[in-house]
Amino acid sequence: MEARATDQAIANADHEVIKIEARGVDVYYGEAHAIKGVDIDIAEKTVTSFIGPSGCGKSTFLRAINRMNDTIDSCRVTGTIKLDGEDIYDRRVDPVQLRARVGMVFQKPNPFPKSIFDNVSYGPKIHGMVRGKDEMDELVQDSLRRAGLWDEVKDRLAQPGTGLSGGQQQRLCIARAIATKPEVLLMDEPCSALDPIATAIIEELIDELRENFTICIVTHSMQQAARVSQKTAFFHLGKLIEEGATEEIFTNPRDKKTQDYITGRIG
Amino acid sequence: MSDIATRDIPVKAAAETTRSLFERDPKIKARWNAEGRFRAYGIGAISIGLMFLVVLLVTIIGNGLPAFTQTYVHLNIELKASKLDPKGNRNPDDMAKVMTFGYNPLIEQALEEDLAKAGIETDMKASALRKLLSSSVASQVRDYVLSHPGEVGKTVSFEVLASGRVDGYLKGRVTREALAQDKNLDAAHLDIVDTLVKKGIVERRFNLDFILGADASDSRPESAGIGVSMLGSLFMMLVVLVLSLPIGVAASIYLEEFAAKNWFTDLIEVNISNLAAVPSIVFGILGLAAFIQFANLPQSAPLVGGLVLTLMTLPTIIIATRASLKAVPPSIRDAALGVGASKMQAVFHHVLPLAMPGILTGTIIGLAQALGETAPLLLIGMVGFIASNPPTDLVAGFLHPNSAMPAQIYEWAKRADPAYYERAWGGIIILLVFLAIMNIVAVILRRRFERRW
Amino acid sequence: MLLPAVVVVVLLIAAFGFVLGRQRAIAGAGGDISKLHSLPNYYGFNVAIMALLPAFLLLVVWLVVQPMIIESQIVGQIQERTVESYGTRGLAFSEVRRLADGLDIAVERGAMSAEQADSVRTELTDIRNRLGEVGVALGSNVSADILYVAQHYRVLNAAASMARTIAVLALALAGAAYGLWQARPDFRARIAVERTSLGLLISAASLAILTTIGIALSLIFNTVEFFRIYPMQDFLFGLVWQPSFTSDTLSPLGIVPLLWGTLYISFIALLVAVPIGLFAAVYLSEYASSGVRAVAKPLLEVLAGIPTIVYGLFALLTVGPLLVNVFGKGGALGVDWMQGGTAVITAGLVMGIMLIPFVSSLADDIINAVPQAMRDGSLGLGATQSETVRKVILPAALPGIVGAILLAASRAIGETMIVVLGAGAAGRLSLNPFDAMTTVTAKIVSQLTGDADFTSPVALVAFALGMTLFIFTLGLNVLALYIVRKYREQYE
Repeated sequence: MEARATDQAIANADHEVIKIEARGVDVYYGEAHAIKGVDIDIAEKTVTSFIGPSGCGKSTFLRAINRMNDTIDSCRVTGTIKLDGEDIYDRRVDPVQLRARVGMVFQKPNPFPKSIFDNVSYGPKIHGMVRGKDEMDELVQDSLRRAGLWDEVKDRLAQPGTGLSGGQQQRLCIARAIATKPEVLLMDEPCSALDPIATAIIEELIDELRENFTICIVTHSMQQAARVSQKTAFFHLGKLIEEGATEEIFTNPRDKKTQDYITGRIG
Repeated sequence: MSDIATRDIPVKAAAETTRSLFERDPKIKARWNAEGRFRAYGIGAISIGLMFLVVLLVTIIGNGLPAFTQTYVHLNIELKASKLDPKGNRNPDDMAKVMTFGYNPLIEQALEEDLAKAGIETDMKASALRKLLSSSVASQVRDYVLSHPGEVGKTVSFEVLASGRVDGYLKGRVTREALAQDKNLDAAHLDIVDTLVKKGIVERRFNLDFILGADASDSRPESAGIGVSMLGSLFMMLVVLVLSLPIGVAASIYLEEFAAKNWFTDLIEVNISNLAAVPSIVFGILGLAAFIQFANLPQSAPLVGGLVLTLMTLPTIIIATRASLKAVPPSIRDAALGVGASKMQAVFHHVLPLAMPGILTGTIIGLAQALGETAPLLLIGMVGFIASNPPTDLVAGFLHPNSAMPAQIYEWAKRADPAYYERAWGGIIILLVFLAIMNIVAVILRRRFERRW
Repeated sequence: MLLPAVVVVVLLIAAFGFVLGRQRAIAGAGGDISKLHSLPNYYGFNVAIMALLPAFLLLVVWLVVQPMIIESQIVGQIQERTVESYGTRGLAFSEVRRLADGLDIAVERGAMSAEQADSVRTELTDIRNRLGEVGVALGSNVSADILYVAQHYRVLNAAASMARTIAVLALALAGAAYGLWQARPDFRARIAVERTSLGLLISAASLAILTTIGIALSLIFNTVEFFRIYPMQDFLFGLVWQPSFTSDTLSPLGIVPLLWGTLYISFIALLVAVPIGLFAAVYLSEYASSGVRAVAKPLLEVLAGIPTIVYGLFALLTVGPLLVNVFGKGGALGVDWMQGGTAVITAGLVMGIMLIPFVSSLADDIINAVPQAMRDGSLGLGATQSETVRKVILPAALPGIVGAILLAASRAIGETMIVVLGAGAAGRLSLNPFDAMTTVTAKIVSQLTGDADFTSPVALVAFALGMTLFIFTLGLNVLALYIVRKYREQYE
């Protein structure tokens, strides 16, 4: 699988389309300067992983991409992040509309205390994406299938999503995120609360989702970054130290700090 | 037009046609409108709540402030020896045989003379003019005479209470139209009052007696005060404090530090949380049945009121105390146990002192709640015309019938004369001042000693 | 000896015992404290506890039991003829007690000597006038029988009090002596003291159970008494409430109109408080900046700290007249719906205002208990804030909010002062919110603060009303607390 991923990365590198382009991004929490001048390009239909020691700002940067940071009062973002060439921090951009296009999956599975069906249909419903029950059924089924959960839950769509196992819950959250047909999927340590088997299933799923979505994943695990991503960005103390093809970063890091991190000397 | 086309094939469309981020989705406007409405409901709700608060406070202050001023009449009364001291020996014991009734002619005469001196001509009879003054004037003069027997025979200048109607007229509560059906006063009186005010004989000034004085009968609202029932409240609060603080702290220490997790502890917990929500009037029934019917404690006594309020306040204090005990980190207990202290020593020497500010805050808030409570006091008889004499000593303070501030306010609200409504509002101002002070002290205590672990 | 003096003497014995116990322990160890099992103070405390605890327990039990025993002895001595003139034996006995108390006061104030008090006869002295002079008012003229029994009562009481004093002091001394005997170096004084302290802590905690039992007993006894003279089905299902304090026949005491008034007023109160309180809570927890929250929340809670008597007065003197000016005859709307200021709507509205902070702070807690992850999940999908609140947070918080509303309902049903002053006095079954109606709590107050004697049905009915109120609110509270607890556990 690793080999295949690498091949893909090289193939992508040839005719890479930039989906997200960040320039000089700074994020402040009140006085604290959490992200310092980050420039990065994120390729379309590629999995990019953000790695780095805890508190390095990787999650903060991820949350800046769909403006989730707006929900924190003290948080301030400067610089530009362009989605398909349009600055998402432009005054004219509606964060609600943006988030429909840039979905997010969180660290801890957070299904709503509603039925499985209602969890998945929540996004499409609020965005008014479907008309009629049949369309909704179809969309829910499609999303659950893509999240690899359909076979496990098709008989109990009316049961609460909170009743599923941890791994299933996280896949439900992925299904919920992709039901709004986003172009970008942000995942904030999606496997950190899961056991190894559930983690393996999610990782496989991420690889499949790459076909349709641009994926950014924050992870603590270097193995996971190596397994699922084609591109890797290494953050340290709020700065982007190095980014590039995953293969490169892991085998031949240019920066000493990256090397130290990968070899386990800082973390 | 393209929007509509998009919606026609929604499932695929949303994913495949990328709209510019700068373009507004047509549905989004309605959604943001809904958002705005929702937010407006929230602001509206808070504004309504705050508006109620403002209206309430303005009503209280507007209606209650006049109670703190009272109308007085300056009167020069000739204390005729022939009337007041028939035996002529200036012995107060003998003079006490002249009841207030005997003073009335002197007062009427003084009033007539002072009016004449002021150049006011009236064809009203002296007994009618008397209605300008409070009926308490006679006993005021009598008290003065009995304590100053030497003054008999002289003309003494008194400052006496005007009647409630006159006071109401000067405060704008009594109008000339309203007097048409009033037996107590008529418009002619008011003309006299107007002139007297101009001459400075009738004067409205601050009335300390309202704050410190005793309740008065139905017909003398002008001399009613809240002072005695304030003492009743004070004695009740002493009982509550002395009982509920140690019992509440002891109960909390047991539940928080020693209690095993078993059915008995659960039973106590369930009881405490339920008692906290039992209507206060039920505690009144308990007080009536248990303390007065069963234990034969004296009715209307602040002691009984205090006992009832203690039972009512305990859950509040226990809940607050447990919260502050819980806030003391286990490391403190471990440290004490680690140097060989017994569990009891660890709790009393280390945990309790650290939790004390929180406990005191909770106790003050519990006391404030008890201070404002009315319903249970009505059932144990702390209402009616009983706060008429201040208690003579400590024992009497606890055992003799008395009212309490909120019960006194209720009593005044029930009386027929609207002059008493003003006093009820005024009483509320005093009650609220006490509550505000207690709560502010609690807040300061919390701020000052609040510890973050 | 007077009661306070007994208490003081027992305390003195305990204090001396403390000092002696401490000294004896130190002396026993030959002055070397390290040979003692516990610190010397614990030996002292042990003596003090031994002196205090049994003596005070005996005193308390004695104080409760003595009047009961004496009453049972005395009541039988009152002649039938006398009982008849007072109506019941209980009333005759209270007259006996009043007279005995009066004699006590007379002796105390020096109007009578102790011998006189024991020997006066109605034939020779006008007791009523004599006591009246020292400020003791008696209801009726004193019959010879009552006076005789009252004097006997005084004799018994004096003897019992003497016995009490001796017994309590003896027990205190014996306890102290035992504690002193115990105070040897190998005695584990600290453990003994701590065991007693724990016992005291447990009894303090058990007071909550005792209170509940006390409430239950006071309600049950008097309610049973009431149903002995008044048929239960007439009370529970009677549609008319018309107590008559004067007539001898049973007046209709049906609870239905009172329950209806209670529920109607509570319903209006919730209609006001729930929407306003909920929206306020949502705004404060989801929208308001921390500055606004820091100001608005405590200000709203001021409403909760205002005593209910204030709301009652507000209803009676401000809101009532205001509503009449709008809905009454010749009012602003030109309709004649409202006859007087006291009405269901007046009480309901004011009670609603009182409940706003109650609902909002409960709801605020409950909404804050919904994990942040739920909000993130919804916002991350592109929901607006209000969509998140309406479709995720409120449904998630629903059980807790239902619990909060039930608690508010229980508060509304048990609220007394607002309805006493604002709702009216007549029980009425009507749908018109502008009518005056009355409630269970208001009637408890009026039945028990009137002049009726406690054994008549019109007074006893208050206990049956109290019982109904207690069961109602207890049920609501238990249910609500259960729901809220389950809800919290879900997110913990």
